[in-house]
Amino acid sequence: MKTVEEMARELGLTVIEGGDGLSREISGGVYCCDLLSIVMGRAPAGGVWVTVMANLNAIAVAVLCDLSCVVIAEGMAIDEATRQKAREQEVVLLFSERPVYDTAVAIGKVTGDET
Amino acid sequence: MAEPVKLRYTVPPDDFTRAGEASSAVKKTLKKLGIHPDVVRRVAIAMYEGEINMVIHAQGGEITVEIHPDRVEMVLADRGPGIKDINLAMQAGYSTAPEEVRNLGFGAGMGLPNMKKYTDEMRLESTPGVGTTVSMTVRNPA
Repeated sequence: MKTVEEMARELGLTVIEGGDGLSREISGGVYCCDLLSIVMGRAPAGGVWVTVMANLNAIAVAVLCDLSCVVIAEGMAIDEATRQKAREQEVVLLFSERPVYDTAVAIGKVTGDET
Repeated sequence: MAEPVKLRYTVPPDDFTRAGEASSAVKKTLKKLGIHPDVVRRVAIAMYEGEINMVIHAQGGEITVEIHPDRVEMVLADRGPGIKDINLAMQAGYSTAPEEVRNLGFGAGMGLPNMKKYTDEMRLESTPGVGTTVSMTVRNPA
């Protein structure tokens, strides 16, 4: 299994907030959605979540679902409050300029989750 | 039998930035107590949905959590506008959340269905004009 850091490096994803979570192994595949309640209901623990929802509540969802990291795609701006929350809650926050779909497909390839 | 661990939280009104603090705190406590990760996740999600509902619809409220060896019980009580049609509110996809709330990623109409899905028991009592109380239990398999 790949770690979050290995995946980020291979795909050239920018690490916005890192910490100990970077060395965590990705165990839950890749998941995409922007509606938080749907994410909470369906995102697999240990997975990578690709979204455009760069706000505080997304960080809360990542914590509650025990996701390995959040990837903000489509070049969406991430404000300081969101970064700070990620830091406090020890959520790994990554960033990509690429579209959600392309980002997710690329992640699926490097993590072996192509289902 | 050991006394249950009792926790109490106040959910502040209109503050989406602080919504989730109570569920995060409960999640941490459950983890420390060595509760099964699946139980921890189910409690955290159900409670966060409840917290968000209180912020969106009810000007905040009170949450009490009791951690028993075999189960976690949550009671979320508010003095908001109440729910007129509980069956309709329980339908996946039905939402009365305003536009600005939807822009934050909420209002998918999955809150109450998620709370039911993730708990073993859920009871919803609501009186229009008085408030709503949601009681939920997640069992902890030994």
